[in-house]
Amino acid sequence: MTEALWPGVALHVVSGKGGTGKTTVAAALAMALARDGGRTLLMEVEGRQGIAQVFDVPPLPYEERQVAVAPGGGEVWALAVDPEDALLDYLEIFYNLRRAGSALRRMGAVDFATTIAPGLRDVLLTGKACEVVRRAEKQEPNAYDAVVLDAPPTGRIARFLNVNSEVSGLAKVGPIRNHADLVMSVIASPRTAVHLVTLLEEMPIQETIDGVEELREANLPVGGVIVNMTRPPLLTHDEMNMATTASLPVKQIEEALVKAGLTSEVPAITQTLIREGLDHSQRVQLEERELERLNELDLPVLQLPYLTGGIDLSSLYELAGALSEQGAR
Amino acid sequence: MEPASLHVDDIIDDSSISIIVCTGAGGVGKTTTAAALALRAAERGRNVCVLTIDPARRLAQAMGLTELDNTPREVVVENGSGSLHAMMLDMKRTFDEVVEAHADPDRAAQILENPFYQALSSSFAGTQEYMAMEKLGQLHAQEDAPWDLIIVDTPPSRSALDFLDAPARLGSFLDGRFIRILTAPARGAGRGLGRLAAAGFGIFTGVLGKILGAQVLADVGTFVAAIDTTFGGFRERADKTFALLQEDNTRFLVIAAPEPDAMREASYFVDRLRSENMPLGGLIVNRVQSVDRELMSAETAAAAAQRLATGTDPEPLTARLLRLHADRLRIRERQHHVTESFTGAHPGVPIAQVPALAEDVHDLDGLEQVGELLALGRPV
Repeated sequence: MTEALWPGVALHVVSGKGGTGKTTVAAALAMALARDGGRTLLMEVEGRQGIAQVFDVPPLPYEERQVAVAPGGGEVWALAVDPEDALLDYLEIFYNLRRAGSALRRMGAVDFATTIAPGLRDVLLTGKACEVVRRAEKQEPNAYDAVVLDAPPTGRIARFLNVNSEVSGLAKVGPIRNHADLVMSVIASPRTAVHLVTLLEEMPIQETIDGVEELREANLPVGGVIVNMTRPPLLTHDEMNMATTASLPVKQIEEALVKAGLTSEVPAITQTLIREGLDHSQRVQLEERELERLNELDLPVLQLPYLTGGIDLSSLYELAGALSEQGAR
Repeated sequence: MEPASLHVDDIIDDSSISIIVCTGAGGVGKTTTAAALALRAAERGRNVCVLTIDPARRLAQAMGLTELDNTPREVVVENGSGSLHAMMLDMKRTFDEVVEAHADPDRAAQILENPFYQALSSSFAGTQEYMAMEKLGQLHAQEDAPWDLIIVDTPPSRSALDFLDAPARLGSFLDGRFIRILTAPARGAGRGLGRLAAAGFGIFTGVLGKILGAQVLADVGTFVAAIDTTFGGFRERADKTFALLQEDNTRFLVIAAPEPDAMREASYFVDRLRSENMPLGGLIVNRVQSVDRELMSAETAAAAAQRLATGTDPEPLTARLLRLHADRLRIRERQHHVTESFTGAHPGVPIAQVPALAEDVHDLDGLEQVGELLALGRPV
């Protein structure tokens, strides 16, 4: 196995453009980090119940629940954070205001508060993740080895994490400011790594490059780029060159097909195979160009295969294994 | 069951159709689809305006959308008799313009400077959807507009339903109880709410003041007071555009990719359109794996590949090409299942399938090509 990419990281934030499979990757990462007796928490904050769908379990409450066993033993827990509940938690911890909080919720006031101040919402959500992370250093019994946060998409990630600047307009001093500072002391530290999930396509790659730049400008620690749904080249380099220059040996292919027992419509099959070979080669070449652009970021780039069968628990194990092999620790 | 085919040309050629809304989950190619349809409609004689929300840089350049002035710009269409205008939504600017159009200059300036307004107009979850609706309403109402068909792309929200829900949410938030109470503290906090609620409200302002700072609440108060007297009812404006979307001359096109998540989203949206009485044109499935012709099964291809790879006289090239073919057949089969389960749940919804393209669209020629594939409606 390769060297650990992220030693000392306790909070893994997973972001990515829509449609890149960020929730699936976050789930696989939580599983990889829990392998051989670890204990991880996978958190979601967008009210989408994406984790429940990936693990095929009923919708998650605002409560930590074990959702899977990791390879080699180990526990994957999950939590769907709701901003309202996070605010009530916060009120309880800092003001001992649990009962008033419930009254406020019944009135719709909590929703109102998080609505007029979207920054408040974000600081509550990231605050919950940091609270869980800090359990480990306080050696609390319900601590985790790592927390994986299925975070908002690339376009919003820097703003979501940079709670300091988000609340600066809200509060110069006071408890929320202190809370934000506490959150930043975890998020902007080597204990956190932000990973971006992408596909080897132009648009998601561009968004990833822009996202990395934005995160770096905000001094947020970038962990790595995870390329999802890659399809390995099925042809050799030389064959791809032949495919793109229309010089694949037609005769030879036709004869081989007959040899394989495919005797009807041989010319039609040959033409189809050649066209598909061209299509495949063009796609692979495009992917190689995009991968090169990613490599310029000077970050670990991990690759996950496209799974023809779709995503279920066994494919999560497969993806987790691929992440571990590439050093996701 | 085979779904009915969606013929987009029938929709864009129908001169009674004046609005087409392209919607769906993020990352399924909504913007490209909207742009390609717009170009095709223009080439087929319609006078079109396409409102895009967040186009990729190169697509924007292809359409000449380099100036961000929040008004439609003409795109030169070389073929056909129609015309094409295109614009990219600037949500803050649209909001500012609404304020400027409805308030006298002093008051407008006061609103635009308000810190809460600035936060609301640039980062409120839902503002983009609200402003997309607002802009659509404006473009539709514009007198002497050089277009008779508006094609709108919806914001890249996490859920396609946000486009329908966010405006009402923002509207009711601004018209809502708390904001009203907040703006009229002199009337006695929460009069008419009942004693218990009034007590709750005291706690509410206390807690909010504590965690947000009293200044934020004051800013919200000034903003709402200023905006309230100048133009009534944010909600009313949102409702009006919402009603526009229920009219007969609107068509929704739900865009998806042949993946379970995107299809589930499409399914929700189709149900929702039905319950809102909004006219659905059909489903467009992008990125479909195309397979030339039905020549053999995936199993046959894989078995033949195996024979050629391992025999005494191996043919590695043909073996690999056959494996590639088997792979594509399997992917298509899986995609077919995903689409089939959609059709099972929504048997009446016509579907167009668009093959996956090797590269992103960079120019009008590329858009034209996508338009042709859309019109064809099945993978080649």
